[in-house]
Amino acid sequence: MSSRDTILAAVASNKPEAMPIPDIEPFKHIGYDDVLAQYETVLTAIGGAVHRVSNWDEIKTIVKEKYDSQHVRVLSLVPELDEVATSAYEINPAAHQLADVELAVIKAHFGVAENGSVWVTEELLGHRAVPFICQHLAAVITADNMVDTMHRAYMRIADTQYGWGAFIAGPSKTADIEQSLVLGAHGPRSMTVFVLDQQN
Amino acid sequence: MTTTTKDHAELADIFNKDEERVDWHDETLWWIRAKRDKSVHQLPEWEALREAASNIKFNVLSNLDTYLTAFEAAAKANGITVHWAADAQEHNQIVHGLLTENKVTQMVKSKSMLTEECHLNDYLATHGIEVIDSDLGERIVQLAGEAPSHIVLPCIHKKKEEIGDLFHMYLGTPSNMSDPQFLTETARGSLRETFLTRKVALTGVNFAVAETGEFVVCTNEGNADMGAHLADVHIACMGIEKLIPKREHLGVFLRLLTRSATGQPITTYSSHFSKPRAGQQMHLVLVDNGRSVQLGRKDFRNSLKCIRCGACMNTCPVYRRSGGHSYHTAVAGPIGSILAPNLDMKKYADLPFASTLCGSCSNVCPVKIDIHDQLYKWRQVLVKEGYAPTGKKIAMQVMAATLASPTLYHAAGKMGRATIKYAPFAVNNKLNPWYKQRDMPESPKESFGEWYGKNRSKK
Ligand code: SF4
Repeated sequence: MSSRDTILAAVASNKPEAMPIPDIEPFKHIGYDDVLAQYETVLTAIGGAVHRVSNWDEIKTIVKEKYDSQHVRVLSLVPELDEVATSAYEINPAAHQLADVELAVIKAHFGVAENGSVWVTEELLGHRAVPFICQHLAAVITADNMVDTMHRAYMRIADTQYGWGAFIAGPSKTADIEQSLVLGAHGPRSMTVFVLDQQN
Repeated sequence: MTTTTKDHAELADIFNKDEERVDWHDETLWWIRAKRDKSVHQLPEWEALREAASNIKFNVLSNLDTYLTAFEAAAKANGITVHWAADAQEHNQIVHGLLTENKVTQMVKSKSMLTEECHLNDYLATHGIEVIDSDLGERIVQLAGEAPSHIVLPCIHKKKEEIGDLFHMYLGTPSNMSDPQFLTETARGSLRETFLTRKVALTGVNFAVAETGEFVVCTNEGNADMGAHLADVHIACMGIEKLIPKREHLGVFLRLLTRSATGQPITTYSSHFSKPRAGQQMHLVLVDNGRSVQLGRKDFRNSLKCIRCGACMNTCPVYRRSGGHSYHTAVAGPIGSILAPNLDMKKYADLPFASTLCGSCSNVCPVKIDIHDQLYKWRQVLVKEGYAPTGKKIAMQVMAATLASPTLYHAAGKMGRATIKYAPFAVNNKLNPWYKQRDMPESPKESFGEWYGKNRSKK
């Protein structure tokens, strides 16, 4: 018998009698009075930065102030922000060509107020490595794309198809050395989320 | 990696030699436990979430074969190659086979307690393959030639000066550097080089979804993603108990996991791998290694619900003061002490005795495993099977005899109190195991029995 069949047979004969799946519906109704404020508080507490902005120009100004795309590589996957990026982005580059990206600006599907994360899937990124290999990461979401909890996040995701997707909550971090928090372990040293007031 | 025949008590003795370190270890873990409490108290639905998680896992265990088959079919349809390993040996062979097929002698790995359990690094090393652990804490213990001492915080037992020395020796930093920021930066630079040059990356799995065939990997550092997205081949290894029924159940578990582990609202990266990226191979190894046997042990099968948050270790008074290595098994602490005897009763007979049975572990467990009850039950099984550690056996027999006889019990109490009062040196010495690392309590002037007798007769 193959290991597969041996394992399945052992599991089948040793498993306890059937137990039902519990109802998790009630959790889906938990919410915050002010989701945006909650999101802002949590993301800030875990080392990220939030900018509430009312148009794309404000985002451009903030990016330009900190990143001179003439001198460092700024990758933008958001057409509205082409102007602050270093050069046109080649979709599906060899990941290794991304090693010198200073700032990557990506769109995200939505934010989650309870933990400060954003949900992204690979088609927003060009390459799965983008949000990890860059030195700094920025994400844009619109204010109406904010959910309260992870339960609602999965209601949004439901049965959508993706090859790869992730919740990203703040900069890469570690506390492995005597529990001192250090931002920028392998991935980005900072994470900024722009929350756009209305859909422009 | 040291193989050892020492038991928990002897290994704890070694750890306890450095009293200052014991205090520091104790306080650090308690601080993490406190962070957990703070974060947990912000969710009024916490207890309901635990209950739901526990029941979802009951459902998983009672349908594990069907979920495994469903998961396999969905994962295959997604383009993932699925492998099955009956034990550690087969797991290691599968991974080695994939490396040989791809003609590589180097691999980057992100944290996976399962590969620790299977001793994968050692196995591959004997076959000439170099494995670099990419989680910072794991990299540190790897450089030190040690195993992780904690499932979430692998190098929690190390001081920053020691890490500075290791980096000086292996990564070329100046001597006497102990600044965490500087040391992390050094590791970042060195590991980035590794990520950019490895063709094969191995990761663990936190959750796998039967319904969709996807699996989720949680890290704060992003090392699993750096590895997997830059490599041509991604190998993910998981124990068969990691399945959950549906994608929506991830909501329950992701809310519980990190709050229990470190007090964070979620890990920085919760990565959902569903299909290989274009041009990439994705392999998933489903490992049994004793899990199906544990499933058949009615009293212990609940331990398979464990989501490896580490909360039971952080809160355990024995773990905090004896250190993870004293458990001489990949998963230390209370839950490790339940899982290990399932694999080898003789070798791990000491572990269920390394507990005060205070119940703190069961109270914090996010999936409501009856940890301390299971530890107690293992003791009974081990004694019955003749595996109990000798010292513990005699002490337990004396205790059992004493508790069974009221006269003996009172006499023993009186003697104990008199000794502490008139000859404290007789108790506070190295021959009394209870004095190790503890100051003996001042003895009460009279026992409850004496007090009750007196006060009752006054009426
Ligand atoms: S037994 Fe419970 S508390 Fe301990 S690691 Fe597992 S899930 Fe966490």
